[in-house]
Amino acid sequence: MHHDWNSPQQLARLRRRHAANRRMKWIGLAAIGLAAGALALLVISLVATGWPAFTQTRITLQFDLDPKLVKPDDMRKGSWRKIIKTALLKEVGPVKSRKDRRKILKIISRGAAYELRDHVMKHPDLVGRTITYAVLAADPFDQFYKGVIPEYIGEGEKRFFNPRLGSPVVVAAFRKLIDKGLVSAPFNWGLFFNADSRLPEQAGLAGAIVGSFLTLLVCFLISFPAGIAAAIYLEEFAPKNRFTDFIEVNINNLAAVPSVVFGLLGLALFLGWFGMPRSAPLVGGLVLSLMTLPTIIIATRSALKAVPPSIREAALGIGASHHQMVLHHVLPVAMPGILTGAIIGMARALGETAPLLLIGMNAFIPDISNMGILDPATALPTQIYSWADSPERGFVSRTSAAILVLLGFLLVMNAAAIWLRQKYSKKV
Amino acid sequence: MSTEPNATGMKPLEAAEAEEAMREVLAGEGVADAASELAPGVPEPETLAEGQMEGDPAVAEPACNQDCKIITRHVNVFYGDKQAIFDVSLDIPDRAVMALIGPSGCGKSTFLRCLNRMNDIIDICRVEGDIRLEGVDIYSGEIDPVLLRARVGMVFQKPNPFPKSIYENVAYGPRIHGLAKDRTELDEIVETSLRKAALWDEVKDRLHAPGTGLSGGQQQRLCIARAIATRPEVILMDEPASALDPIATARIEELIDELKQNYCIVIVTHSMQQAARVSDRTAFFHLGRLVEEGPTEQVFTNPREKRTQDYITGRFG
Repeated sequence: MHHDWNSPQQLARLRRRHAANRRMKWIGLAAIGLAAGALALLVISLVATGWPAFTQTRITLQFDLDPKLVKPDDMRKGSWRKIIKTALLKEVGPVKSRKDRRKILKIISRGAAYELRDHVMKHPDLVGRTITYAVLAADPFDQFYKGVIPEYIGEGEKRFFNPRLGSPVVVAAFRKLIDKGLVSAPFNWGLFFNADSRLPEQAGLAGAIVGSFLTLLVCFLISFPAGIAAAIYLEEFAPKNRFTDFIEVNINNLAAVPSVVFGLLGLALFLGWFGMPRSAPLVGGLVLSLMTLPTIIIATRSALKAVPPSIREAALGIGASHHQMVLHHVLPVAMPGILTGAIIGMARALGETAPLLLIGMNAFIPDISNMGILDPATALPTQIYSWADSPERGFVSRTSAAILVLLGFLLVMNAAAIWLRQKYSKKV
Repeated sequence: MSTEPNATGMKPLEAAEAEEAMREVLAGEGVADAASELAPGVPEPETLAEGQMEGDPAVAEPACNQDCKIITRHVNVFYGDKQAIFDVSLDIPDRAVMALIGPSGCGKSTFLRCLNRMNDIIDICRVEGDIRLEGVDIYSGEIDPVLLRARVGMVFQKPNPFPKSIYENVAYGPRIHGLAKDRTELDEIVETSLRKAALWDEVKDRLHAPGTGLSGGQQQRLCIARAIATRPEVILMDEPASALDPIATARIEELIDELKQNYCIVIVTHSMQQAARVSDRTAFFHLGRLVEEGPTEQVFTNPREKRTQDYITGRFG
């Protein structure tokens, strides 16, 4: 007898199966929605907080570069603050009280004097002339101009003047500058090209970017060749015995060790035992390579395992020796997988903070002109950590901006991994 | 040898009958009847296997009145504790095609892979016995496996060109073995090999295109060209046409026919028709034992063993 495919039981069963299909699909979509939502929330909050840091308030003034004040023989000894003071008061107009004058002068960043000095030192022919130059506004006025902090805090009875802005007289003077069209907020190139500074308006990520680059370079140069060599040995040459099993288990365990432990190991081994310099990218790179090595070994091994045996047989079948088989045929085919693993390992190393803090790679680096792998340095994640700790309002937005820059680098690295994988796969 | 009527002692009448019966085999009809007529008088399979185990020279040293390229004696192969090949003794003539047939898992591929030591790459595999290539024991250490594999080329079941250009696929072997002094000589080897593999005309304009972009049949001929390029003496083929369509198969078979003028060819095949078409001699393997070996016509039309007959007539396998 034939089964009745149209019986009510059978149809009900079919409906239940379709309902289960739909349920599964919706659960999956909900999970993806949750993940995407969390990511969007993170990025939106970072952009909202970090956005102001990508512009920097500047005040355009006329500076009279009187040789008597500039001291062309040694401009370092020039009276730059006096030049700025004169230029500012010329625009604000006469201020009677000496106390107010001093407060008004605080509209301009303390770093402006050095900025102006460096500018004139680069162009010595400007001495003796009157130049138009946009100098940095101090952090409170930078924030005020961008609308991050208000003039008055609180409501009604409790409303009071924001003490960061000095006094109403100063704000009035700043408003006058705005009315004259002297205040502007161009793109903040300093965020990328300046070294760190105590002054938020002057602080940039250049030191951290260079430090991270040097650290990752050391990390890559050590962990990439060593990881591939170790993986090739374990996968292709090592006899399968208890000793190699033991090594394999330990490599898998190492990949799961918290990074702070590697930091402690680096502190004890590289700094304590070998006496390497503190805070140096060399040590940072060594510590991170310890951490990245297991990841690269595991990625390389699985990439080698995934190479079809037919390619190995083909190579051996025409008399290639074992190492020729590996180098000429297996490794090129495995390369996309190896590169992907390596780049993902490096991306993880780029974002690693704890081990770098332990070896002191959160140094304050106000000058990036001579950064080597043996000099004290900082890195992007540790810079974020330092800035997040700073009380000035300007560092709040700069911290978010620095996180965005770090995420940008991670995005570029992951994109590179995908690009390399596709490029190599196409060749195959 | 006179007691064994398998190699040369075929009378014209028998031969005619054999031809007739073989046509039936190829047609796949009326075989059972023909086979059952021949069945009486054939010893029980078990008895014969016993005899082989003891190394009875009459059975273990099959007639081979041509120059034997490879001589194997009492070959046993183990995968760990499991024995895959039991005491196989087989002589393989030069400039001829030897087909290894038998049901899946009978050890014919394993035996084939012993001949160029491809089993070495399997850790748990152990080979016992004597395998001689032109009188030299290939497992003795007198021949390096790397050089052995240059002399004994191999073509695999699935076409497996390297993911490189057509030119590089063929040039790779000569390059690693230092067979060409310069680029011109290498180009020459590549061209000759591709011509011998009947692929030259199809690829001469795109030698630097990837080998993996060719059709399945072309890929397999490229693999044959790659095997020929190291100037081997023996070519082992492990079901070379099983992944190909009938037209590509026919081209490969034509090619095998061409190549046997210059090479000793050993081919493993699941297709009885293919064995009948391309081989000069056939060896039937069953459960790791060599059941029967002889001229192809005789094995197909007048097998000594009931198991052989059952297999080629499709009773099992």
